[in-house]
Amino acid sequence: MTPVTDILHLLFTANLWQATLAAAVLLLLPALGGVISERSGVVNIAMEGMMLTGAFFGVVADLAWHNPLAATGVAMLAGALMATVHAVVSIQFRADQIVSGIAINIFAAGLTVFLVNRIYGLQDVGHVGQSELIPYINVPGLDQIPFFGKVIFQQNVIVYVALALLVLTHIVLFRTRLGLRIRAVGEHPQAADTAGINVFAIRYGAVITSGLLSGLSGAFLAIGISNTFVPNMTGGRGYIALAAVIFGKWTPGGAFIACLIFGLGQAIYDNNSIIHVSPYLLSMLPYLLTLVVLAGVVGRSTPPAADGLPYVPGSE
Amino acid sequence: MSDSQAIAVDMRGITKQFPGVLANNHVDFSVRRGEIHALVGENGAGKSTLMNILYGLVHPDSGEILINGKTVHVGGPRDAIGLGIGMVHQHFMLIPVFSVGENIMLGREPVTGPDFYDRAHARAAIEDLTKRYGLALDPDARMGDLPVGLQQRAEIVKVLYRGAEILVLDEPTGVLTPQESKELFGVLRDLVKTGKTIIFISHKLKEVLEISDRITVMRRGKVVGHLITKDTNEEAIATLMVGRAVLLRVDKAPAKPGEVALKVDNLTATSDQSVPALKGASFELRYGEILGIAGVEGNGQSELMEVLAGTRHASGGQVLLAGRDITTMDANTERDAGVAFIPEDRRGTGLVLGFSIAENSILGRERALTFSWRHFVLNLVAIRNWALRLVKEFDIRTPSIDVAVRNLSGGNQQKVIVAREIGSNPKVLLAAQPTRGVDIGAIEFIHRQIVKERDAGAAVLLVSAELDEVRSLSDRIAVMYEGKIVSIEPPDTPEERLGLLMTGGGARAGAA
Repeated sequence: MTPVTDILHLLFTANLWQATLAAAVLLLLPALGGVISERSGVVNIAMEGMMLTGAFFGVVADLAWHNPLAATGVAMLAGALMATVHAVVSIQFRADQIVSGIAINIFAAGLTVFLVNRIYGLQDVGHVGQSELIPYINVPGLDQIPFFGKVIFQQNVIVYVALALLVLTHIVLFRTRLGLRIRAVGEHPQAADTAGINVFAIRYGAVITSGLLSGLSGAFLAIGISNTFVPNMTGGRGYIALAAVIFGKWTPGGAFIACLIFGLGQAIYDNNSIIHVSPYLLSMLPYLLTLVVLAGVVGRSTPPAADGLPYVPGSE
Repeated sequence: MSDSQAIAVDMRGITKQFPGVLANNHVDFSVRRGEIHALVGENGAGKSTLMNILYGLVHPDSGEILINGKTVHVGGPRDAIGLGIGMVHQHFMLIPVFSVGENIMLGREPVTGPDFYDRAHARAAIEDLTKRYGLALDPDARMGDLPVGLQQRAEIVKVLYRGAEILVLDEPTGVLTPQESKELFGVLRDLVKTGKTIIFISHKLKEVLEISDRITVMRRGKVVGHLITKDTNEEAIATLMVGRAVLLRVDKAPAKPGEVALKVDNLTATSDQSVPALKGASFELRYGEILGIAGVEGNGQSELMEVLAGTRHASGGQVLLAGRDITTMDANTERDAGVAFIPEDRRGTGLVLGFSIAENSILGRERALTFSWRHFVLNLVAIRNWALRLVKEFDIRTPSIDVAVRNLSGGNQQKVIVAREIGSNPKVLLAAQPTRGVDIGAIEFIHRQIVKERDAGAAVLLVSAELDEVRSLSDRIAVMYEGKIVSIEPPDTPEERLGLLMTGGGARAGAA
């Protein structure tokens, strides 16, 4: 069979779409955080590092406590801590947000490798027991729906949580007072400030929220999908999530669609054994899609007006 | 009247030191309830700092603030709003992608349920306000789609929604057309009738005289005069502002027009948004005259100047410079042909802000043999001498020619451009908004330079949003409307007639 028919055949299997959704959620969590952060005016390229830190500390905590829930909490806190560094540097000290983000990513990569060696020596980190992973749960009844039951309702707990967060993020951003204020701060911080809104508090909140979500995604990766920590195991997913934010025009729904497209690329790669194409070629797929997207296939999208600009009170 | 009752705002001994500048030096400022009080002064006189202190955006080093007779602490805008102080900023604090309603509500949004924004309630509140003050607005319109006049109205409604009794308006007419300004003044008079107090910051003395009851004049961080409007005049205020007598009228001899310098024929061009902006403009400009272009901003003036300067492509028509076709020439070739250009956006296109005065003084001429060896290596000595000469001749206030122009005041930045362009001894001078945002003293100077250039035989094309400037400087006035020259008028044409022509009324067919 030719690769094309292989892929076409694959597209009609529920397995592929189940894997697509899981891969998409891995991107969706940081992407939602990215939407929130950038809507408040802080470019967050540090999601990669936050995710990686979350993944590492999630594994550490799970190995120590044998409690996936607590471990997930630790992963989120680790992500939030990295986010706080980004917030202090870029909001308080008005540093270039891209530079701060890249620094955090490099720092996270180094820190986790260092700690792996320090804590576990040169051996493996060790594997988390099956019962101590974030569980997969089939939703009773719904999981029996043909095709869609398997795709949507036979998933990891985190997938359900992420889909709920997707809806929640949309509602908060576009229907609530808090969302109006977040968007105001990202569009025109001076206007928000003069209207009596605390610009710094909103931006800190938004950036730290994105850290929590990236950390959650890290936990999903390390102690949900996988069962151990491997250096640089996020493999650029934080960056792809950032691309999804832009592709999705800074909306949760748009970002989700982008994540599904990237997730599909990932899922096709993961199924490479039944496609007669070099797996190395397939492994490029998600990144290739990212490039195509960023080159403007989706049309020009306009970021929030004050995205990436530090706020200096009293300035015009 | 008992004093403490009648004083709405009383700022006493306000001092604020910024790095290198004493922005406010023991300033006393008081405003009576129910009056329109003008606060005037040149750029950097400390007006904005004083008002930012009142609004809590800046904290004074010393001094006290009394609102309605009570000492208050204004820690931030939130406090100021609570005290009934509202501010309409010079650069609107509006979010273009939000609706009018969301903009007005922001910071005091009506909420239902846990935290849901209550659109219906917002609409009702705005309708109530617009009815009470006669300020019609559509709460569902997108802010960015509204004309500037309505945006400003939204700013005023926003301030009223917050329950402001004291309104501070910072240079409110800077962006308005004459008609919109008239409307604004009507609104302000109505607001005062309902008991509001208004502080009106401006440097346009005519307006100050028209609208205010009393005037406080500031210069270099100090209050230099308290005036009662009906007992004073433009010259007196200007003298206090600048610290010396200022010539407000342009003093010039009648023009002696020579040959045709520029002949513009049926010129068309599109704007940055790719919509037609110039739609067949035709006129002639002669050596030794100043032709002023009057028009509401956005009627093609900017595009016209850019096409003439060679920084924008014409889509049709022809431009002849002394009979030679220059329609498709780029800016560089045009400079060589003797066309100088003072662009309207001085910070964006006129200067490289991070460059020194010396470097900026040769921008566009850096390959001339006077400034470089074989068009290649800069002759730094020649450049320094040139810059020193310009600084002296054009009275650019700076400690040295090595200072980055970013650190100069707006007026001095403009002088750098004017010096560079006029200093090249142009045959044709294109001056777009040559005095925008520039102090009275510098305006007087720049006007004199432009007239001097005319008298030396140059052809000057002037575009200005200030009708007064066009009328006082020009030898002939071309009125521009929707991308065309609709009429050529003498300089003493009444403002009303020009205003009418500028908005598309009263043009005789084929007057161009």
